[in-house]
Amino acid sequence: MPDASPIGIFIAGLLTLGIFSFLYKDNPVYKVCEAIFIGVSAAYWAVEYFYSALYRKFWLGVFPPAGSGVEADLLLWGGAILGALMLCRMIPKINWLSRWPLAFIVGATAGLYMMLFFVSNAMKQIESTMQPLIQDSLLETLGSFTIAIGTITGLIYFFFSKEHKGIFGGAAKVGIWVLMVTFGASFGYTVMSRMSLLIGRMDFLFNSWATNFGQMF
Amino acid sequence: MAHNLALIGLVLTGLSLIYVLYRTIAGNPVDRRVVFIYVALAAGLPLFMDLLPPVTVTPDVQALVDVLEELPPHSKVLAAFDYDPPSAPELQPMAVAFFKFAFKKKLDVIIVGLWPQGPQQANDAIATALLDSSVMAAGPIYGEDYVNLGFQSGNEFVIQRMGSGFKAMFPRDERQTPYDSIPVLQNIVNFSNIDFVMNFSSGKPGTIEWVQIAVDRFGARLGAGNTAVQAPQVYPYLRAKQMVGLLGGMSGAAEFEKALSMPGNGSIMLLSQISTHAIVILFIIIGNTAYFRTRKRKND
Repeated sequence: MPDASPIGIFIAGLLTLGIFSFLYKDNPVYKVCEAIFIGVSAAYWAVEYFYSALYRKFWLGVFPPAGSGVEADLLLWGGAILGALMLCRMIPKINWLSRWPLAFIVGATAGLYMMLFFVSNAMKQIESTMQPLIQDSLLETLGSFTIAIGTITGLIYFFFSKEHKGIFGGAAKVGIWVLMVTFGASFGYTVMSRMSLLIGRMDFLFNSWATNFGQMF
Repeated sequence: MAHNLALIGLVLTGLSLIYVLYRTIAGNPVDRRVVFIYVALAAGLPLFMDLLPPVTVTPDVQALVDVLEELPPHSKVLAAFDYDPPSAPELQPMAVAFFKFAFKKKLDVIIVGLWPQGPQQANDAIATALLDSSVMAAGPIYGEDYVNLGFQSGNEFVIQRMGSGFKAMFPRDERQTPYDSIPVLQNIVNFSNIDFVMNFSSGKPGTIEWVQIAVDRFGARLGAGNTAVQAPQVYPYLRAKQMVGLLGGMSGAAEFEKALSMPGNGSIMLLSQISTHAIVILFIIIGNTAYFRTRKRKND
């Protein structure tokens, strides 16, 4: 935090310790720190969205400052009207009007995602799975076989129209193992990430906060 | 002095686990708060040590570095910052190393954010990078060598709209300078004018959305730095060659710093991560040993 103020660093350290106090047991200090965190986060997001969406995007877009050379974008009125209609939810007599912007959002999102997922998550992924089994090196060949076996057995596990018995059942069991290894790897990465958060706070307390504490007192 | 004391503390912490194992097998498992203390010691003590762990640069990281090094000076690089302070321990070291490299190599960097705090994280990373004398000597100038276009709400629709024109989504930079008045943005209309996209992401919208829209729809070249929790979801896109490289978590940050020969916080904090992982693994072994011993005793 190169430009953080000493008082800001001091308060941040106290709040960090307050949150850590939950590890001993639930206590009022933790509750206060948690409430501050939630309140500040909500306020920050509200202000940021107001500034970026309503002021920067809409107001300056529709009424650009004189001499800026930017032309007014009248299409933004469409978004503003739809946004205002969303607020009609709070008025019972005309709350049906809020369905129009919702329909627009659902339609636009569904339309965009249908194409994106079909190309990026279906076609490209299938293409990258269907590789030649024999590769240039032994390691790559083993990798290709692992992907092929993992994909086929994983799909068999999720095929419920046939009872998991005999060879089919054996393949489904291999599929479960593949899934377990995948979940294990994912969980390992999650632990790594959570530990990084702790290390980041420790680094802050021992370096920024302790140094700042020494300078303040 | 601090290094030696921390080293002795870490060794004693490790040795004391033998007593924890003995207690657990004897049927007196330790309180969960004792486990927390062990994890805290494992995370905190290495921060006082002057030791950098050995780091091997993996092919996924090297591939990203190779692409960055091949970029000629004044290549246009779009840097998307899609994370907030909680993810900074993993992503900030990557961002700092990226800016050090970009400024030294005279790449033109255009910063955007789909997360409100992303552009602020970018400013923090730039301020840290500029503390390096060699980066300062390169003298990057705001507006000419880099620009921060700030945050734009709209999630993945922002990327979609950027495909037709950046100016529509970012008519001004975060200092309210109009798009057309910023020298580094001259002749940049959309992704076809961008040589490389670097994304730092900790969730949604993030790397997956940049792959789906900027790469697969508009043909951009993408590299990314992700939190460890997000990396497993992104690896399939890397294997499908939809990305050129990926930095996963703190180890990815340390590898990136090593590959660029710019040791920083990622390398320093990696030692803490190694020791906390060791503690977690040892506690898993202790717990399982105690479980199987107890079960055997009950069966007998």
